[in-house]
Amino acid sequence: MKRKHRRMLLVGALVLGLGSATILVFQAFRSTGELFVVPSKIAAEAPKGDRVFRLGGMVEAGSLKHLQEGSRPAVRFRVSDGVASVDVTYVGILPDLFREGQGVVTMGKLQPDGSFAAQEVLAKHDENYMPGDMADELKKTGWKPENGAPPPAALWNAAQKNAALSSTKVGG
Amino acid sequence: MIPELGHFALALAIAFALAQAVIPLWGAHRGDVRLMQAAPALALGQALALSVSFGCLIYASVMDDFTVLNVAENSHTLKPLLYKITGAWGSHEGSILFWCLILGLCGAAVALFSAPLPASLRARVLGVLALSAFGFELFTLIESNPFARIWPAPDNGRDMNPLLQDPGLAFHPPILYSGYVGMAIPFAFAIAALLEGRIDAAWGRWVRPWTLAAWCCLTGGIALGSWWSYYVLGWGGFWFWDPVENASLLPWLTATALLHSAIVVEKREALKIWTVLLAIGAFAFSLSGTFLVRSGILNSVHSFANDPARGVFILGLLGLLIGGSLLLFAIRAPLLGASGVFAAVSREGALVMNNILLCSITAVVLTGTMYPLFADLLLSQKISVGPPFYNATVLPLAAPVFVAMAVGPLMSWKRTALMPALLKLWWVALIAAIVGIVATFGMNALPALFMAAAAWMILGAFADIIERIRLFRIPLASSLSRLVSLPLQAFGTTLGHAGLGVTVAGIAGMSMAVQEVVLVKPGATVHLAGYDWTLQELHDAAGPNYNARVATIAVRRDGRLITTLAPERRAFTTQTMTTTEAKIHTNLTRDLYAVLGEERDGAAVLRLHDNTMAPLIWLGALVMAAGGACSLADRRLRVAAPKRAAKSDALLAGRT
Repeated sequence: MKRKHRRMLLVGALVLGLGSATILVFQAFRSTGELFVVPSKIAAEAPKGDRVFRLGGMVEAGSLKHLQEGSRPAVRFRVSDGVASVDVTYVGILPDLFREGQGVVTMGKLQPDGSFAAQEVLAKHDENYMPGDMADELKKTGWKPENGAPPPAALWNAAQKNAALSSTKVGG
Repeated sequence: MIPELGHFALALAIAFALAQAVIPLWGAHRGDVRLMQAAPALALGQALALSVSFGCLIYASVMDDFTVLNVAENSHTLKPLLYKITGAWGSHEGSILFWCLILGLCGAAVALFSAPLPASLRARVLGVLALSAFGFELFTLIESNPFARIWPAPDNGRDMNPLLQDPGLAFHPPILYSGYVGMAIPFAFAIAALLEGRIDAAWGRWVRPWTLAAWCCLTGGIALGSWWSYYVLGWGGFWFWDPVENASLLPWLTATALLHSAIVVEKREALKIWTVLLAIGAFAFSLSGTFLVRSGILNSVHSFANDPARGVFILGLLGLLIGGSLLLFAIRAPLLGASGVFAAVSREGALVMNNILLCSITAVVLTGTMYPLFADLLLSQKISVGPPFYNATVLPLAAPVFVAMAVGPLMSWKRTALMPALLKLWWVALIAAIVGIVATFGMNALPALFMAAAAWMILGAFADIIERIRLFRIPLASSLSRLVSLPLQAFGTTLGHAGLGVTVAGIAGMSMAVQEVVLVKPGATVHLAGYDWTLQELHDAAGPNYNARVATIAVRRDGRLITTLAPERRAFTTQTMTTTEAKIHTNLTRDLYAVLGEERDGAAVLRLHDNTMAPLIWLGALVMAAGGACSLADRRLRVAAPKRAAKSDALLAGRT
């Protein structure tokens, strides 16, 4: 009898612990899961509200501008996935491996004017950085990894737009 | 010649490992003492062969032997000697050989210190260790041979990733790997116990020191890694909830749970099956921590040696090891006998609560780490799980751990009421409340709450010692004599618990950190956090294999010079890569932290931080590891001492 009670108590504690963990996880996923989005998705359907999400793509060549907000340095650049592109502003020091024409992942919020205010710009510690998520998305917009590295982003927009158009024509 | 020698030594180690796996396990199965006794010598042979093999790799790296592919890809004649040596474990192939070496050394350590163990248990433990070593050594030899040659040899090597050329990272892998691999020993004990079909208090006593040693290394290794990312990556953050970091946190959480549940096995012969499962889990997480990240399955911002092509072999090996041991667990665990059931409110009840909470946290972190993978595969949704997720899930589960940590050690075994333990802590609660209230003036409510929790944990940890020596209740002299005669293990518990409190205080204090990104010309002064930061000048400097741009920043407070910081940007010539060298001035309660960014029209971008209490984060981890070492030094815990200790324990048991 007593033994049974104690065992029930143990099971109860276990259920309580893991149960609350599960509830916390579901709560947190609902409110904090950060979506990974490429520019063409923003053009089609922007993430709702002022939710923080990750924007990934290629930095368009020649789009990087240095600005100054008071005494604080800021940058503005365009991130493209070949179909659409988004203006990104960022106040802070860019990572060492940030380059025009290369991949980048930024984290922040969409502004009312359609630009993206990045709170964080991420780059890997490697020159040929291509996040897995981004490679998949870029493949969808027409990049083929077997043809080598993605083309420089200046050419990228025009070339990929044609490719995307022709492929939709074929598809249609 | 030397690389071939290393290659040969590696093959020899595999032969040793195979013999060490087959002969003792067969002997233990048949009850043949002579076969069982072969294990220690074979373990020493394996460790020796692996040492020779790894020594050859270091030699090839130091001598710039670019006919060895691994050296050519990761070294350069201009690379400083320290990094030529540490580069031996910095590369992918080298790190796996190093992993095998530590596993071999663990086997040798068990062989040397396990003479008092029953012969069949000893043979089985060494056999299981060798079985896992065999798998990984085979992988090294077949799939990632560090001694492969190239011909013609290149004139010079491709150099190592500049971010890895740092003294902090040089010693991070050995310590972290010792922690990861050390978990193989409790794992081997668990599998051996399943094979034997029995577990007793002595088993708990043998497993604990090994777990403790591995746990200390893991704690130190994680802290060193976090410190490295704090000052090398120059982001000023210390923990990013990145998959690589989580991969090291999972075995740490499981090992912490194992440490505590092994106490219950030792003292009360309860929780046996659960402890075996934890030992398997800790090693499984260690393995996946090392290898899942390398296989490229999980995306990470700071994993270096990454090679998806080899992933299949490793995944197969992991599946075989983890799946096999879980299968064995499922079949044999019922043999170990039902655990004794005990009162909920007691020391063992508190330890169970610790285990439930730690495992819940483990489950949450595991979910967060793996969810993006499953969301992608099953829902084809790209989601990344960032710090907000972990803050929302881990903190609520950690809070009860923090509260219970101070109470648990004050409760007695078997049965007790909760009130006496709580009454002993009234002054701790009072001070914690005052700390919390004072903290609200400087920070938000949540960090202030954690500040109070930190005070509760640190003081509560010492409350145990104060209780034991009956401070202020008996004359001071007799209190002191009681203090001297306390077992070291008591101090270990106190330091371990207090250390976590110090770390929590540091993390809570970091919420007061301020930072500013500025664009300034030389001579200009920035005011931040009560300090005047003056950019004095910018100049060029040459390093052994890089060119640096150095900024000199004088930091003054009320006109008095505090320190001069010289952050750098280094351009590495061979790897065409730039790194930022943050410079930090610390006085153990705050870090003044400066990073140099790019330059425009004579002005430089600077990022300046005032990180309040940041040093406490790593100091706390150091205190935790010291607590573990302290416990380890306790005579009662030493492996050689169980027979002697059994008597004194009987005496102790009579007293309580």
